[in-house]
Amino acid sequence: MADQLRARFGEGGIQQTLMVGIHTGGVWVAQRLHRMLGIEQPLGQLDISFYRDDFSRIGMNPQVKPSQLPTSVDDARIVLVDDVLHTGRTVRAALNELFDYGRPASVTLVALAERSGRELPIQADVVGLNLSLDAHEHVKLTGPDPLRLEIVEAP
Amino acid sequence: MRRRDLQLDAQGRLRHLLTIEGLKRQQIVDILDTAESFIGVGDQPVRKIPLLRGKTVVNLFFEASTRTLTTFELAAKRLSADVLKININTSATVKGESLLDMLRNLEAMHCDMFVVRHGDSGAAHLIAQHVAPHISVVNAGDGRHAHPTQALLDMFTIRQQKGEFAPLTVAIVGDILHSRVARSQIHALTTLGVSELRVVAPKTLLPDAVQGLGVHVFHDLREGLRDADVVIMLRLQKERMQGAMLPSEHEYFQTFGLTEDSLAVARDDAIVMHPGPINRGVEISSEVADGPRSVILQQVSNGIAVRMAVMSMVLGRAPVDGEAG
Repeated sequence: MADQLRARFGEGGIQQTLMVGIHTGGVWVAQRLHRMLGIEQPLGQLDISFYRDDFSRIGMNPQVKPSQLPTSVDDARIVLVDDVLHTGRTVRAALNELFDYGRPASVTLVALAERSGRELPIQADVVGLNLSLDAHEHVKLTGPDPLRLEIVEAP
Repeated sequence: MRRRDLQLDAQGRLRHLLTIEGLKRQQIVDILDTAESFIGVGDQPVRKIPLLRGKTVVNLFFEASTRTLTTFELAAKRLSADVLKININTSATVKGESLLDMLRNLEAMHCDMFVVRHGDSGAAHLIAQHVAPHISVVNAGDGRHAHPTQALLDMFTIRQQKGEFAPLTVAIVGDILHSRVARSQIHALTTLGVSELRVVAPKTLLPDAVQGLGVHVFHDLREGLRDADVVIMLRLQKERMQGAMLPSEHEYFQTFGLTEDSLAVARDDAIVMHPGPINRGVEISSEVADGPRSVILQQVSNGIAVRMAVMSMVLGRAPVDGEAG
């Protein structure tokens, strides 16, 4: 994935990007990529809880971590990192939140794993692993050290 | 179904916020933690999140307010709720419409939350008892009884400045008798477990029942402030006073007014708080109110995040099968 990103942005270009991980798994993956690519710009974090579309169904989560974006989003080339791309709703919420911070030049989506079950027209630009799963199977990332992907059966 | 505690739903979650009394420590901590996560919203270029989009909040203020009304309104707007402000002096209640009739009408307009400020103790409880099941009530101050969101924002400010509650000595100074803020603060501080809680006031401005609340009573300002970590000044509520409770404002300032001189006996890193509006030269000198130890304006800013937390928690309860609310 690091190689794909390097190829995409060029060795110099990758330094100019603002990498942002989505809580919690996406942050772990982003931390690893950030280190491997040696990006100097600090890593950003997004907690999309306030932007979820199912707030009225799942309610308030008191453990929301404040989002942290180290620099202005305006005109930045953003690399948005999530652990598992499934329905696409998390990415939709993350994009909405990002745009409340400003107008980025571009957003590139990175997912450690991509699985079937998309409900929105959202695709990742860089993917580590492609999985075809049944609806009752779930992918779970545990971490941060070691980072492990597991497929679990829903009860 | 009759519930033991009007504030909580069948799952024990906050359905209304009427008083601090009866809340468990963890519930208070949850509110403070939630407020923490909303602090950043004020720093975003777009100071708005879509959490309560499509919800309608009604501010029902039967009594004057600037800070509380404004910060409730800002909090609701930052959560993307629609906000109505009903000015009671110009509304139909002066035409003889009863309070409950007015509530029925607001319910019929599909409102989701009433934020209530009233001069009578118990007004918010009364409204909470009579509202439809889908409506939440937040008490924004009722008579001399309670002002829970003020106490919560004060707790938030203390935690922000001092970290832990356990080692702290807190002194609440001034007009305890008329103060709903003091009552809510005392319940919050005893529930969170401060090391020592003091109230400092002339005998005429202390309610008889204060001894039973687990506080140490002082009638001398300097004794009460000695080694305090947190000094909370209260406004002298002249509008609620009848008869001769005080000799004069000047004399009150001489004996109970907070000055750099009287504050010198508190700890060097003590913070000074005041719920506002401040009477300069009555309960606090301008030197202290505007000084480096004053966190009075931080309290106002924190009020927005704390009110966002309360609103999102009472409106953001996930529905449970079989429960109407």
